Amino acid sequence: MMGRTQVSWTTACSSVSWTTLWSNFADGTIHDNADRGAIHDTRILFAGSKGFIGMELQAIREIVARHRHRPGAMLPILHEIQQVGGHLPATAIAIIAEALNVSRAEVYGVITFYADFRTEPPGRSIIQVCRGEACQAKGGCELEEHAKRSLGIDFHQTTTDDAVTLEPVFCLGNCACSPSVRVGDEVHGRVDATRFDELVAEAKASSGVGP
Amino acid sequence: MTVKVYVPCDTTAVSIGADRVAAQISAAAGSAGLDVMIVRNGSRGMFWLEPLVEVETSTGRIAYGPVKPSDVASLFASDFLRGGPHALRLGATDEIPYLKNQERLTFQRVGVIDPLSMEEYAAQGGWSGLQQAIVSAPAQIVAVVKESGLRGRGGAAFPTGIKWQTVLDTPADQKYIVCNADEGDSGTFADRMLMEGDPYCLIEGMIIAGLAVGATVGYIYLRSEYPRCWTTLNEAIRRCEAAGWLGKNVAGSNHAFHLEVRLGAGSYICGEETALLESLEGKRGEVRAKPPLPAHVGLFGKPTIVNNVITLATVPLLLARGGKFYADFGQGRSRGTLTLQLSGNIQRPGLIEKAFGLTLHELLYEYGGGSASGRPLRAVQAGGPLGAYIPTRDFDLPLDYEAFAQRGAMIGHGGIVAFDDTVDMRRMARFALEFCAEESCGKCTPCRIGSVRGVEVIDRIAQGEDRDKNLVLLESLCDTMQHGSLCAMGGMTPFPVQSALQHFPEDFER
Repeated sequence: MMGRTQVSWTTACSSVSWTTLWSNFADGTIHDNADRGAIHDTRILFAGSKGFIGMELQAIREIVARHRHRPGAMLPILHEIQQVGGHLPATAIAIIAEALNVSRAEVYGVITFYADFRTEPPGRSIIQVCRGEACQAKGGCELEEHAKRSLGIDFHQTTTDDAVTLEPVFCLGNCACSPSVRVGDEVHGRVDATRFDELVAEAKASSGVGP
Repeated sequence: MTVKVYVPCDTTAVSIGADRVAAQISAAAGSAGLDVMIVRNGSRGMFWLEPLVEVETSTGRIAYGPVKPSDVASLFASDFLRGGPHALRLGATDEIPYLKNQERLTFQRVGVIDPLSMEEYAAQGGWSGLQQAIVSAPAQIVAVVKESGLRGRGGAAFPTGIKWQTVLDTPADQKYIVCNADEGDSGTFADRMLMEGDPYCLIEGMIIAGLAVGATVGYIYLRSEYPRCWTTLNEAIRRCEAAGWLGKNVAGSNHAFHLEVRLGAGSYICGEETALLESLEGKRGEVRAKPPLPAHVGLFGKPTIVNNVITLATVPLLLARGGKFYADFGQGRSRGTLTLQLSGNIQRPGLIEKAFGLTLHELLYEYGGGSASGRPLRAVQAGGPLGAYIPTRDFDLPLDYEAFAQRGAMIGHGGIVAFDDTVDMRRMARFALEFCAEESCGKCTPCRIGSVRGVEVIDRIAQGEDRDKNLVLLESLCDTMQHGSLCAMGGMTPFPVQSALQHFPEDFER
């Protein structure tokens, strides 16, 4: 579950950016709840955009249709869309809002509340470094510094070759063998700088990018 | 004859190579033509010995550890399948003092059985609590939980029986059982170990809770940082449904109970019960003002029991053995056992289930063996990121809710993180506030703004800017957060800060 890198919505929706979406919303449509559902076709939001691809939209619609009748369907929907596409494309918002009978602002509010949900595509591997106290007690801060320095990026950023996105995480429950790192769904314990570099190399190799 | 070899599938064991060890054993046995069955059990919780390999012999289970893949060839050469001598041989697992001196009640099966084996679960006492509950009236079930003295193990230590009674007494067309499996506190992993090592036990506890209060639907709100639990729990639920333990007619009792796992999304505050309910409803995880209590107005506005994993997983034992059996462990108002999780800079980190009353000193030195670095311990943080830092002079403290509270500390979910004398307590105090700023739900001002301002004030102290004035300001800010916040996040973030200031003032003078 929660595989991160199978498909990326961006390949299909590359020119539908969040900026585009929000500049559309800025004209006031988003603020009017009475208006919700009125825009049945997200294409209206992206009028003039050549990024709209029907196939991805269909996949999102199917996911939404499968979950919409479950109580509290929002998080399961968001998780599955992100699992399939790697992130939550702007096109998903209106579909979810309409299906769950909430405003698009509410959907956006939920997406931005949770650390897991991303509105931009991540790198081919997501590496999380634990910042919890139990990791700090065993050199977690030094590992964090090494991770940033060796990848040349800060937390929440992606390397220029799109290979790795670095994220902080507050506890992986692996405290007894700290410091801990998660790559995809695999948790690694007692990670030092050398081990971290190995994990990065393995992640790059498995996603088809040389070291 | 088939020899059973146990290699844990627990996240931590796997994080340091258990999968590779299992594969190596399997390959070596295969090429030698030996009849070996590898069982992937949960962890025994002795993590400095992981990956811990156990072999079932005529004299019981013999342990070897920590085993690296490269040790496997020599284990076979030493005839470890018959318990042969080897440098890594630890003797009978149950005789290892760390384990032998524990009182494993909630964790009785964790590390012992194949987590998903229905046969082993039943053979080791599983479902006997539920069978008892099925023939009991709801009020009788609640009475047993009350008699046990069990208090919420998630951290708040609220009497479980009273919570259940409240839900039982609240009439409604629908009630819910919600398991809080959003174990976000750094230094805690008991919930994870139990869900990975004995998932049916949690499921059984939730069904019993449903029978006790008349709830027919349950949710396990699981944090997304626990991918193995997700897989294990979903498979366990599927098997329970197939076997008739879950569904429209639980074990032929004419009671329905449906259970589902829901995944969180990386938010610490969703471990707070009302934020958790909001999240389950599909909203931002913002805390609700209380009252109304979730027991009256909970999930989807209905009466709801929200209990932690360990609390619910302890319930089957209460029904099977009686409330008094459990209450006979512990001291004062802290009855039963506490599942302590020892981590950080400690030689022997692990899971220790003991009756309340053990002192911190005993825990840290007799079990933990002191620091991993060999340097003197300087402080421990108990109860997660919102828990106080406790200096060595307070290590005489007995692990007891009231004793901890008297000294301004808390046991919380039972996580104890050890630090040696290289720790910078100003940095830890700053981290507590930074963490709060990061994870605050933003609903109330003291928490949302106070945490950010707190980080700034500590940075000014660090730069030597009006140090005395800023220390007063920091104290004042802590006071405001403690008394003015809606929930424990803002209300308790001051604890690590104030305890650092109180016990380690020298770290703020540099």
